[in-house]
Amino acid sequence: MLNRRTITLNVNGEAHELEVEPRHLLADALREGLGLTGTHIGCEHGVCGACTILLDGESIRSCLLLAVQAEGHEITTVEGLGDSNHLNFLQQKFREHHALQCGFCTPGMLMTATELLNQRTSLTERDIRDALSGNLCRCTGYDHIIAAISEAIAETSGAGP
Amino acid sequence: MKPPPFEYFRASNPEEAVAALGAHGGNAKLIAGGQSLMPMLNFRLLEPELLIDISKIASLKRIEKGSSGRWVIGAGVRHRDILVSEVLGNSYPILRAAMTHVAHVAIRNRGTIGGSLAHGDPAAEWPMLALLLDAEIEVLGRSGQRMIEAKDFFLGALHTSLSEDEIILAIHLPPAPVAWGFFETARRAGDFALAGAGVLLETQNGKISEARIALLGLGETPIRVYDAEAKLEGENLNSTNRAAAMEAAKAACQPMTDLHASAEFRVHLAGIMTGRSLDAAWGQAIC
Ligand SMILES: Cc1cc2nc3c(=O)[nH]c(=O)nc-3n(C[C@H](O)[C@H](O)[C@H](O)COP(=O)(O)OP(=O)(O)OC[C@H]3O[C@@H](n4cnc5c(N)ncnc54)[C@H](O)[C@@H]3O)c2cc1C
Ligand code: FES
Ligand code: FES
Repeated sequence: MLNRRTITLNVNGEAHELEVEPRHLLADALREGLGLTGTHIGCEHGVCGACTILLDGESIRSCLLLAVQAEGHEITTVEGLGDSNHLNFLQQKFREHHALQCGFCTPGMLMTATELLNQRTSLTERDIRDALSGNLCRCTGYDHIIAAISEAIAETSGAGP
Repeated sequence: MKPPPFEYFRASNPEEAVAALGAHGGNAKLIAGGQSLMPMLNFRLLEPELLIDISKIASLKRIEKGSSGRWVIGAGVRHRDILVSEVLGNSYPILRAAMTHVAHVAIRNRGTIGGSLAHGDPAAEWPMLALLLDAEIEVLGRSGQRMIEAKDFFLGALHTSLSEDEIILAIHLPPAPVAWGFFETARRAGDFALAGAGVLLETQNGKISEARIALLGLGETPIRVYDAEAKLEGENLNSTNRAAAMEAAKAACQPMTDLHASAEFRVHLAGIMTGRSLDAAWGQAIC
């Protein structure tokens, strides 16, 4: 094992110490080091969006960031949104609109949509589709996801649907 | 796949990064946003001994007005930062428009100008913008600082005139015409373009006094269509010179056939993207 080091990651408001190699991806550190398996891994080259998390409130690919680079930043994963007994507002919208089937893409979709929602501006359906262009879903055909996010944004940005 | 093993060093200033590059003679790699490098590491196309993280260097993140009206944008400025910069939006509105075509939000939140220029992908937006804007690229190496004109910087696909021990510090943009057009065609929003064109126009008394046309995704490097530019000067945009510019753009490009499109289709797109960009820029210039 080459050059392992101990780092501290701030994830969902809690500091965690863990040992990593420099080559470890943040996605793997979250899943294997911290047991936070909500962050999914699909392509490992930035294309599918399944591994999307928030770093200081901004969406990023956790397959394209090394765990050692994430020190000193605030990380939010899907586990930070809600849990199966307490879905957050956006997760509730996903549920109401049937915005998931197998659920593989869902954590990435939620994190991308969380960043959008936090901007608190009204967006057209086109804007939302553009913003989700980096998140692939093989099940839903996207329409239900767009409907869930549109409604969530309309209800929080103060603009009509 | 997962990246091969390497050591990791976080540089706190450009000088440290240059020293570390020099000490490893070609076996070290800078990492900025990681949005091009990490996929290459995950595919194991590269096996560096050392990664030098420059993403936390504050001096690489400046956006400021330099001498003689130039804007200086640090290499560590992200695509996202350009999208939200009012000052750059006013002086170079084409930048903002082009950034919306760079990948997806999550990639723009990390990817940087310096990384894009150094990576030198001919289908990427920054190399073409640098050429279109007559940018100069400021670099630092063991033998000191130097400025490289964009036209001398891109040597081939993923091949630039940077030496092994050099780091890009900033891109310098001289004043440029404000009226712009930018069009590209990609298979899906955020994908690398099959072909694209950018145009800048300046007019005086209703005639074109300066024209610039550049292409992306249409050869080994971004391409300036200098012949067409010269022919537009002193004229209105009309159907004859517009058609001539489209033909010149098609003649200037040497695209490849790949999985996504044939060379022939890309040449066709070069003409169409050039025509549309000219129309858009002309529309702005005369209003
Ligand atoms: C799914 C996906 C889609 C994409 N689509 C597009 C697109 O449509 N258009 C587009 O333009 N780009 C696209 N990109 C690439 C993206 O824009 C990258 O951000 C950019 O190419 C590289 O910037 P970076 O900061 O991430 O560089 P890194 O990946 O960190 O580095 C890239 C290279 O540049 C070197 N380097 C980095 N900084 C410096 C410096 N200051 N001085 C010298 N060398 C340096 C590195 O050593 C490395 O060789 C896409 C990426 C992904 C993953
Ligand atoms: S696993 Fe990160 S984008 Fe696909
Ligand atoms: S719900 Fe199955 S991939 Fe989106």
